[in-house]
Amino acid sequence: VTSVEEHRLRALTPSVIGVLVRRGADFAAAEDAVQDALVEAVRLWATEPPRDPKGWLVTVAWRKFLDASRADASRRRREELAEEQPAPGPGASVDDTLQLYFLCAHPSLTPASAVALTLRAVGGLSTRQIAQAYLVPEATMAQRISRAKKTVSDVRFDQPGDVATVLRVLYLVFNEGYSGDLDLAAEAIRLTRQLAAVIDHEEVAGLLALMLLHHARRSARTRADGSLVPLAQQDRNLWDTRLIAEGVEVLQTVLARDRIGEFQAQAAIAALHADARTAEETDWVQIVGWYDELVRLTDSPVVRLNRAVAVGEADGPRAGLAAVAKLDPTLPRHAAVAAYLHERDGDVAIAARLYAEAARQASNIQERDHLTRQAARLNDGRRG
Amino acid sequence: MMAKYLLLKHYRGGPTPVNDVPMEAWTEEEIAAHMRYMHEFAARLEGTGEFVDGQALSLEGTFVRYDGEGRPPVTDGPFAETKDLIAGWFVIDVDSYDRAVELAGELSAAPGAGGKPIHEWLEVRPFLTAPPIVTE
Repeated sequence: VTSVEEHRLRALTPSVIGVLVRRGADFAAAEDAVQDALVEAVRLWATEPPRDPKGWLVTVAWRKFLDASRADASRRRREELAEEQPAPGPGASVDDTLQLYFLCAHPSLTPASAVALTLRAVGGLSTRQIAQAYLVPEATMAQRISRAKKTVSDVRFDQPGDVATVLRVLYLVFNEGYSGDLDLAAEAIRLTRQLAAVIDHEEVAGLLALMLLHHARRSARTRADGSLVPLAQQDRNLWDTRLIAEGVEVLQTVLARDRIGEFQAQAAIAALHADARTAEETDWVQIVGWYDELVRLTDSPVVRLNRAVAVGEADGPRAGLAAVAKLDPTLPRHAAVAAYLHERDGDVAIAARLYAEAARQASNIQERDHLTRQAARLNDGRRG
Repeated sequence: MMAKYLLLKHYRGGPTPVNDVPMEAWTEEEIAAHMRYMHEFAARLEGTGEFVDGQALSLEGTFVRYDGEGRPPVTDGPFAETKDLIAGWFVIDVDSYDRAVELAGELSAAPGAGGKPIHEWLEVRPFLTAPPIVTE
């Protein structure tokens, strides 16, 4: 089974779970049965692809479900339910898929549980794949998923959910940046595309555009040795123009509706960067405008810090430093931003000290190494 | 979002624990109760989906360093009076820093001499992660 076929197969996961739930299976058992059916599909479809993949999965998953519940005391009740269930109507598959997104991102779940459950029940990934992606033992991830299923076991499947919670989960999957064999960023894009296909919502489009525009920079973002390349120094020829074009189109369409949300605003900033052929051509004034919008929408101190960087570019480092001075110095990356602005302002000694301080506080390896190198570069320059 | 923390058990080096009686002075039953507590702690973490790793280290180790091209590494030790001795660790994957501190507090309540909690000091250290994709 090639990766394209695997994606097509996994894309059927939520609607097949939906069919089983409609036939009377509870969500946890339905989800297990569909996982088992997916494993069998991967094994058998390479030589014998079925004419109706979804029908095949439903049949096999339902059989797995009945096998599993045969030992169960409630078996008879389930089989009776199965007899009574009418065939799903034409809209059912779309609705089921959407309901599964809502269920897996239910507010009663912690973010980590919602992420794990979404990747399994909506993404069709195996527990082992998810465990490897998040660098925990498979048994730990299995427990996390099983507890998450218990947490939502009383939630009615047809209960309307909140798109915002789903988007937060998908954003986390995209942004975590962990990597193994599984490409989480690509998986997040696939799941967001699939969501966009079943619900018409401005922020879903906004998040999709945001992901596409950032994913477009992937090859330029790191050097061969894994070190980070800052946006201003990236080789823009390496940016994926096809992804940028798609992201910009999705964004422009949704911005025209004039119902701004934070993901659209973030995507707009990414689009302005994508639009600049060189770092010098960046339209920082417009970017500051979008940050003002983002501050209004989120009131987040992290956004204010990023805004200060943009102000530094648009109105000069002194203006940026003035904006930074108003912010809580314990904010993550506060020292890193101040270091950059002081360097631009020509104050190399302070910048070197702040870069070193920022490196000590960094929460990820690449950023720590990048900041350490900045400090070393400035100290070296001062000695020379 | 989830983050990994190291709960590091130092035998020496940190502040002195409240119940500071060396293990060889405990009764056999007290030692068994301590071990049982550790196993149950690990099992509980597995059950909550927060367990990543748990290891105990031999108390004696060797110091090793490079000694130049073509020469074998230099070794030294073991030292009887090592200032800071690392006895073992747990690695946990939890939703927040507060949860990491809560779990370290539970681990530090392991029973020691007299069956009373040893109030052992544990060091909680966050793992560095991969960089986020969206930073602007």
